[in-house]
Amino acid sequence: MTALKFSRKHLGIPYALFMAMFVVFPLLLIIYYAFTDPETGSLSFVNFIDFFTSNANLTALFMSFALAILTTAICLLIAYPTAYILARTDINRNGVMLLLFILPMWINFVLRTAAMKELLYSIGMFNSNKLSFVNTLIGMVYDYLPFTILPIYTVLEKLDKNVLEASSDLGANGLQTLFKVTIPLSMPGIVSAITMVLLPTMTSYVVSDTLGNGNITIIGKLIENQFSVMYNWNAGSAIAMILLVFIFGTMLITGKFTEKDETATRGGLW
Amino acid sequence: MVKKIFQRGYIWLVLAFLYAPILLLAVYSFNNSQVIGQWSDEWTVDLYKQLFASGELMTTVANTLILAFVSSIISTVLGTMGAIGMFYSKKRTRNALNTVTQIPVINAEIVTAISTALVCTMFAFGRTYVSLLIGHVILTFPFVVLNVTPKLKQMDSNLYEAALDLGATPTQALFKVVIPQILPGIFSGFLIAITLSLDDYIITTFTKPSTFNTISTFVFDAYAKGGRSADVPALRALSTIIFAVIIIMVIVKNIVSNKQDLKTKGEKRR
Repeated sequence: MTALKFSRKHLGIPYALFMAMFVVFPLLLIIYYAFTDPETGSLSFVNFIDFFTSNANLTALFMSFALAILTTAICLLIAYPTAYILARTDINRNGVMLLLFILPMWINFVLRTAAMKELLYSIGMFNSNKLSFVNTLIGMVYDYLPFTILPIYTVLEKLDKNVLEASSDLGANGLQTLFKVTIPLSMPGIVSAITMVLLPTMTSYVVSDTLGNGNITIIGKLIENQFSVMYNWNAGSAIAMILLVFIFGTMLITGKFTEKDETATRGGLW
Repeated sequence: MVKKIFQRGYIWLVLAFLYAPILLLAVYSFNNSQVIGQWSDEWTVDLYKQLFASGELMTTVANTLILAFVSSIISTVLGTMGAIGMFYSKKRTRNALNTVTQIPVINAEIVTAISTALVCTMFAFGRTYVSLLIGHVILTFPFVVLNVTPKLKQMDSNLYEAALDLGATPTQALFKVVIPQILPGIFSGFLIAITLSLDDYIITTFTKPSTFNTISTFVFDAYAKGGRSADVPALRALSTIIFAVIIIMVIVKNIVSNKQDLKTKGEKRR
């Protein structure tokens, strides 16, 4: 009878089953499709060869990296001073200012992107196709900026003020303290901001579709295209697998830097 | 002094960037103009009347809310069970399950979306309301676990044992002792699940039945495929209402939690 006795850990069984079915199994399915020839159904690398020999795909890959790196860099350049001022001055005394900066995180992503499109349209940014890249970039910075400000602010706010005083006592000027003490100590926040922006900008095609005027294709769009337009699951899975390898790679690199503090990112929204 | 003015100026500039599109949309929601940027005649609430008269838009709003609510309930139950089950499991089991729990958080949304679609097609129920629910549960359950686990760590581990010693069955001990202790974590997990579900576009579009729309998919189609929103100006009214509701909710929530903070601080002092 003891085997049937209820214990708290038994609650994990249905949970584990759900994850096996809908988290692990789907990934295995992706790997299976990625290595399968769509015509013959046999094991093959043809999907990967096709991907890396297509100019359109390589352009999209390059475009994704360019957009992701530029968006991340601009977000950091705007977010760092913002977070610094919020954490260091009395402007955020009662927490209202910080709230204003992170409030857009709660607002629907598609709606905010649409609102940006209206703004860019009304100031004539859609008059030329040459502006598609700039528009997409502006939209991405706009959408991801709050997600960059919060983790940096969280780290800066917790920073020990004595360390900064020690730095100036030992003769460092303001700039030296900033570059040699403050910024190195805020690396965990910077890295978690980067992880919040880098991957979604490469894969979430909402912004590039809405603001790119049909001229901007990123890697996420390629996958969508294979699944929804071409109906080639194998090719789509292969691109997804390339993404998975990239995600795993960045995890290995960033894992060393980030804090295990989820309240600084999306996990702490409420 | 100059530094202070410069800092404030910078902060307000970034805020202007974050709120300009939202404000523009809000202002033009009170105008009849087909195109934003060309103000026509006078202030009017016509767009709001159109919004509430449009069956299609009202259905979309209802769909979005019901989906968010139902999927978040499922997610909360599943995530809470998982968090408790994992917490009281052996270390190796816990670590393994924890790693799998992280997969949907780290993974690119598009990969989660296509793999869920693949699995649902494989299990032969295709794109139905069930697959949509599963997609949203996959998206949100890790965040419930993330919020419940810290509360389990904070809980006095003797409480459960005490309940058993006093004659409660394990089920009673779970529902009368453990659950009430971790309720705040369960609740914030539920709120995050709702927020993420309302926000989602990519998973929704890959798992939804073709005739079903949420606000995200409807707005995306209107803007990304149809160019400007000119065909559906009532969307401006809808967006404005959503912005207003979210801003009010977030502010109220923060006032409440600030009051609670003061209260707990006062209690500690006593």
